[in-house]
Amino acid sequence: MSDTQNLTLVQAVRDGLKGELERDDDVVVFGEDVGKNGGVFRATQGLYEEFGEERVFDTPLAESGIVGTAVGMAAYGMKPVPEMQFSGFAYPGFDQIVSHAARLRTRSRSRFSVPMTLRMPYGGGIRAPEHHSESKEAFYAHEAGLKVVVPSTPHDTKGLLAAAIRDPDPVVFMEPKLIYRAFREEVPDESYTVELGEATTRREGDDVSLFTWGAMTRPSMAAAENLAGEIDVEVIDLRTLSPMDWDSIVESFKKTGRAVVVHEAPKSGGLGAEIATTIQEEALGYQRAPVQRVTGFDTPFPLYALEDYYMPEAARIEDGIREAVEF
Amino acid sequence: MTFGYGSTGGTAVSVLETDPREKVQVLAEDGSVVEGATVPDLSEETFVEMYRTMKLARHFDERAVSLQRQGRMGTYPPLSGQEGAQVGSAMALRDEDWIVPSYREHAASYVHGLTLEGTLRYWMGDERGNRLEDLNIFPVAVPIASQIPHAAGLGMAADYNDSDEVFMCYFGDGATSEGDFHEGLNFGGVFDTPTVFFCNNNQWAISVPREKQTAAETIAQKAVAYGMEGIQVDGMDPLAVYQVTSAAVERARSAEGEQLRPTLIEAVQYRYGAHTTADDPSVYREDDEVEKWKAKDPIPRLEAFLRDRGVLDDERVAELTDSIEEEVAEAIDTAEEYTRPTTESMFEHVYAGMPERLRQQQAYLDRLQSEHGDEELLE
Ligand SMILES: Cc1ncc(C[n+]2csc(CCOP(=O)(O)OP(=O)(O)O)c2C)c(N)n1
Ligand SMILES: [Mg+2]
Repeated sequence: MSDTQNLTLVQAVRDGLKGELERDDDVVVFGEDVGKNGGVFRATQGLYEEFGEERVFDTPLAESGIVGTAVGMAAYGMKPVPEMQFSGFAYPGFDQIVSHAARLRTRSRSRFSVPMTLRMPYGGGIRAPEHHSESKEAFYAHEAGLKVVVPSTPHDTKGLLAAAIRDPDPVVFMEPKLIYRAFREEVPDESYTVELGEATTRREGDDVSLFTWGAMTRPSMAAAENLAGEIDVEVIDLRTLSPMDWDSIVESFKKTGRAVVVHEAPKSGGLGAEIATTIQEEALGYQRAPVQRVTGFDTPFPLYALEDYYMPEAARIEDGIREAVEF
Repeated sequence: MTFGYGSTGGTAVSVLETDPREKVQVLAEDGSVVEGATVPDLSEETFVEMYRTMKLARHFDERAVSLQRQGRMGTYPPLSGQEGAQVGSAMALRDEDWIVPSYREHAASYVHGLTLEGTLRYWMGDERGNRLEDLNIFPVAVPIASQIPHAAGLGMAADYNDSDEVFMCYFGDGATSEGDFHEGLNFGGVFDTPTVFFCNNNQWAISVPREKQTAAETIAQKAVAYGMEGIQVDGMDPLAVYQVTSAAVERARSAEGEQLRPTLIEAVQYRYGAHTTADDPSVYREDDEVEKWKAKDPIPRLEAFLRDRGVLDDERVAELTDSIEEEVAEAIDTAEEYTRPTTESMFEHVYAGMPERLRQQQAYLDRLQSEHGDEELLE
């Protein structure tokens, strides 16, 4: 049996990067403060020292430059892993992400591809200033040509990150910074992949299916446990948001006939709507109640004095589950 | 090599014509006047105000960092070391002029009328601290460089309205790498806007040193590419900053002939503390470097100058220190007395009129609050 280490999620990011840097010389890691500083969340700690400035380097403060150069490197055959310091600061690079990373394959009829993994911490709850707390995964999932991955455990983080880096297409890898250090898990030392596009069942249940991802997995599990004995909740962690694992979603829904989607992103235009509609398209005959969405509000993410009201917490999720079941 | 220049604009050769690869200085590190430099023509009272404001900013900064450490405030970006640039530049503005800040300009904003408790409340996570009623100060811009095009646009609007307001836009050395820096300055040049683009080059963008932002020798010289004047000034010399900024403000308001109105000022300075309270600078820089820059500290520098002129003595300095401590302590008390903003306020300011769906979401949160109570809801 191979050895394991007890890692936090952010340590698993680092471990995953290290594994891929060792495995493939074409992998390079760069962005703002990822070098000597080891990243503002320490996700790249020690990599600059270990792999040198050619493979792990700081860039000027310019997201369009970071993503745009990554597109160029990737088209040339490298495996760039650029970092956006926070997802809220990715927007100067948004044009490069959606106009080029997502489309170079289509534009060149697959002559060029962009095997880039764009890491970005996302999500609220860390008492940070404005623009440090948003969840905008729907922006990226809306864009054809991009894959979108959101891990929720250290083990998955390392495996999904490796799969993303090895994937031939661009992957937006969104890291739930709220749970960067929330808990530890045994993570194998050797490198491994967790397949992109596959959801996982965190808890089996018969009464209602709860679909979630990232940092919302924990309060969702807490809500399910609080209701145990009364309502039997199945919790499915989607892990990859594009392409989504529709088979698992529909299969679970056919079993329970009820669904709750939990995301911290705003409600309107969020992925909850996509899931609810697909369920209707694929399994209307099984449906026993309207699909409930427990989400952030359709407001800008507030400064931290109010952020705890913005984020779905266990009580709010329980409320949504009851709504679905008591219909 | 540094040079001192006597004029404050308007005279035959403006200080703004200085080569952007040289650095304007008035006070030497020991507070003496640099040879050939002319001290700005300010009243004793104004000199003391400049000194007091810098000292107040330093004390405020220390208190703010300790509030964060005690859990009484969120992440806070300190400004110690940068008082000379902020106070010296903001004092060159008239009340009707505007400040378009980044997130570190607590002292410049204070000079322009923002209360200390307003700054504290904002960093305590309360948006109400960012509503600067009746003050010509734009809200804090956290996304780097994003405020630079705003400052050009504000200037275009002022022109359109035949107003002679001047817009002072602050940003860091790191900001000069963003596309918005280029686009903002380019619009400033093309539309000849009444804007002063003021770069607080504090040598670091979090852990990335100035040399890694640009291969250019100075930031000031980038102005050439936009057709405007660029000037480098010792940002820890409040008198030099005042002199250069006054000339740039004057030119923005009433440039003549071929002169373009906007100016790029690079104020060379140093951030003594962490980037924010979430940062640990010991990971990426040596203490020696910090100590070297502390020898240029703007506060003792102006103090020595004013003592030498007989404007300050021990007694006056002690009086000022007491009044500063009192003012800051009062501001902290006031800021902490405010209650948490209501949950309604989260929904209120999204649109001028609240869409029905938002109203429903607010009602939903109200229901959850009354059914579960805050403690259970926020668990
Ligand atoms: C567009 C964008 N990218 C990244 C960040 C994260 N960030 C915050 S401050 C900072 C460094 C800014 O350096 P500089 O412009 O020199 O200003 P200073 O903080 O030194 O005053 C970075 C990278 C951000 N706020 N906005
Ligand atoms: Mg800086």
